Amino acid sequence: MMQSWPAHPERGQRQGDPGSCTAYPVSSFAGGFPERLPAFSVPATPPLAKPGAASDIGHAMASSSNFQSWLRPDQSGLYCEPGGFHIDPSRPVSRAVITHGHSDHARPGHDAVLATADTLAIMRLRLGAGCFGQGQALAYGETLRLGEVSLRLVPAGHILGSAQVVIDYRGQRAVISGDYKRRADPTCEAFEPVPCDLFVTEATFGLPVYRHEPDHGEVAKLLASLADFPGRTHQIGVYGLGKCQRLIALLRKQGYDRPVYLHGALRSMSDYYAGRGIALGDMPAVADAPGKLAGEIVLSPPSALGDRWSRRFAEPLNGFASGWMRIRGRVRQRGVELPLIISDHADWPELIATIAETGAGEVWVTHGREDALVHELGKRSITARALRLVGREDDAE
Amino acid sequence: MKAFADLLDRLTYTPARTGKLMLMRNYFRTAPDPCRGHALAALSDGLALGFPLRRVLAGIGERRFDPELFRLSRADVGDTAETVALIWPGTGAPGAAPALSDIVATLAAAAPAEHPALLTGWLDSLDATGRWALLKFLGGAPRVGVSARLAKQAVADAFGASIDDIEEIWHGLQPPYAGLFDWLEGRAARPALSASPVFRPLMLAHPLEAQDWDRLEIDDFAVEWKWDGIRVQLAARGGLTKLFSRTGDDIGHSFPELCAPEGVDAVLDGELLIMRDGEVQPFAALQQRLNRKSVTRALMARHPAYLRLYDALEIAGEDLRGLSFEERRARLEAWHRDHAPPFTDLSERLRFADKAGLRAAWEQTRAAAIEGLMLKRRSSPYLAGRPKGHWFKWKRAALTADCVLLYAQKGAGKRASFYSDYTFGAWSGPEGAPVLVPVGKAYSGFTDRELAELDRFIRANTVERYGPVRAVAPKLVLEVAFDAIQPSARHKSGIAMRFPRIARIRWDKPAEEADRLETLKAMIG
Repeated sequence: MMQSWPAHPERGQRQGDPGSCTAYPVSSFAGGFPERLPAFSVPATPPLAKPGAASDIGHAMASSSNFQSWLRPDQSGLYCEPGGFHIDPSRPVSRAVITHGHSDHARPGHDAVLATADTLAIMRLRLGAGCFGQGQALAYGETLRLGEVSLRLVPAGHILGSAQVVIDYRGQRAVISGDYKRRADPTCEAFEPVPCDLFVTEATFGLPVYRHEPDHGEVAKLLASLADFPGRTHQIGVYGLGKCQRLIALLRKQGYDRPVYLHGALRSMSDYYAGRGIALGDMPAVADAPGKLAGEIVLSPPSALGDRWSRRFAEPLNGFASGWMRIRGRVRQRGVELPLIISDHADWPELIATIAETGAGEVWVTHGREDALVHELGKRSITARALRLVGREDDAE
Repeated sequence: MKAFADLLDRLTYTPARTGKLMLMRNYFRTAPDPCRGHALAALSDGLALGFPLRRVLAGIGERRFDPELFRLSRADVGDTAETVALIWPGTGAPGAAPALSDIVATLAAAAPAEHPALLTGWLDSLDATGRWALLKFLGGAPRVGVSARLAKQAVADAFGASIDDIEEIWHGLQPPYAGLFDWLEGRAARPALSASPVFRPLMLAHPLEAQDWDRLEIDDFAVEWKWDGIRVQLAARGGLTKLFSRTGDDIGHSFPELCAPEGVDAVLDGELLIMRDGEVQPFAALQQRLNRKSVTRALMARHPAYLRLYDALEIAGEDLRGLSFEERRARLEAWHRDHAPPFTDLSERLRFADKAGLRAAWEQTRAAAIEGLMLKRRSSPYLAGRPKGHWFKWKRAALTADCVLLYAQKGAGKRASFYSDYTFGAWSGPEGAPVLVPVGKAYSGFTDRELAELDRFIRANTVERYGPVRAVAPKLVLEVAFDAIQPSARHKSGIAMRFPRIARIRWDKPAEEADRLETLKAMIG
């Protein structure tokens, strides 16, 4: 045990000026993780879910699960009682452990947040300086004592800063994976499997039809299309945090050294990644670019595909980098000409293999296509339950 | 197989004709023989592989997959063959994929009992795109938005040949078209002209505009009724008959009664109709006969096909296309007197003393339930395509109704960023509580400037979104022009509009004053 998260006498009171965390210069991340921020405030009485306040799922599980006594879903999300914190809560709580910076996991308004330094910085950039009271950074692998549990963060391989939460309590270990993938990603640390008793998994692509293609081939598709249609602007829809920077890094890895033009909404995260030492090359703003960018790659949020913003380009060819591009109906529905199956989530074989690797006897599925995964795990004699946590947006991938 | 799979994959995602042509051109230039020939067959006339895909797949699926997982996956994907392609494990070992030609050859020699094992082996050796393409290929005719004519155009473009030269030999060729590619690549002489009939590109008409009418000299034009069927070309030679659609697809299999005239050697232009007891039936009857793989006697008796001829491109091997319309018409009439094949007649020549008489006849077309008039310059040769100033179609005056814009969706291509597809409604329900019922959809008739204005209006007045569709506050009136209104059980309103388009945007008119559904129903006819 390295460090404890000391209790604070008054529940909900924040130490110091809430704005103090904003003084954190992004550039200081470049040379490694910063020193730890002032500790969380720990409520004397943890914000327990009141009896009867738990969700229906919570009731349903109470009968059989032996983890239920210390980890369970309540109306805000997954709550660890002996540790006194929520994980990725969907509404403001006293203390939140955040797995990664995507908005359906990292919401504003918590009194105290524990996460990797990258996740804290990303939250501040995306949600605003005062998006939470206190922030405490925990490096991958470091263990923290919190109430009666010990906790550490382990890379999840999803995006920069993404972490699995490993919680040990009285000889039992639960791993809450957040979102994760198993493919190599040049922009973040690789997923690290941790043996555990309870594995809490996502199931965004929890159907056997979802098997992502190797990235290399998908990027090659984009490069081939540029060669075939040199007169057309290739506008690729990407999720702004993670997918955007990963696609740029993959392009660079495959030798593409032209500028990659960015929609304004992708700027701050891309600059943050670059500031963290991830080589993304030249990323000029579309707004500053001369001409109609024929034959160039433009990255934008998916919502800007075929929108007024794209009228400035030369015969824009719409691409979309997402695991959903596996399904032709979804490609047609979005009017996409160049589907790129590049996902930051585990596909079906990866979900199954990862669960097997953890050796967990029990699996909880937070969100996604949980029916099929629960069915499959049942065949493998693994106890599996769907939590159906509210507020998760699996279609945003 | 890999190159073919990539081609099919990209064709499905490429909407533009030029893009499709480019992809096919590159494929035909680089793919080896005989694979590219089989690919060409699949993309043009279809391949008769005789592989009972659905049955074999069902058999394999039951053994191979957890039924619950397959059911959930099928529900998510929405297509059985695609589900199989995606759920099948394996990413295809490099070099393991079978060549198209191997697949064709193996199937030709295989007994039905071997089908499941063969398919399983192929699926195991391919990646997801390859599996999808294989299933499309085995299905016979992959629907990837390519007509037979477009595939041939791509072959012609790939080797700098003319499509007419390819059409003329096409039906003498057999997949995998070794002789064709040998000729195109300069290794052999041009294959002999096919004994089988050949598609000749059609001559098409322009809509008659006001200035065309002003310049029109009545004596220069032959006039016929405009028939409400589909344009076809009957091509018969050496006992073989083809019935081509306007894009060059052979649709003869759907109309066997038209394809057996003995001793005919001609290429004729005409209208395919359904004729019962001497009366032309509505277009809906013809639709019952289109796109049928097999045609029953009962169907043929219920909806007998008929050909109303109006031009001759070739008779007894003589190319007539260089002759004037008047000369061709005379040859057609003479030929029809001599042969008079059953199920055919000639489109009547209408005579008018002056333009006033012509206009009077046009004004009567709606009352007479006729689509309009065709005006053909008597001196014009038969020219492929849509040459200006030769043929005009003068459709009967459109009906109009004032409808309220309800929903909008973005277009494709150049209109990808504009809300250009509009669903509109008419008032229904009791007087005190009227509701708008959707009555049609239109995406043409407006100028670029009006499109931009409509786009702005829709964005500013969106009340809800359903995926790509925006629901708009019901306050903009569109004057919709359409050719006809037909009863329809498939639509909630009970009616279907034919050829609707936006005639005017009525920024000035309050939505409450738009037309009622009963008014539209009264126009059925």
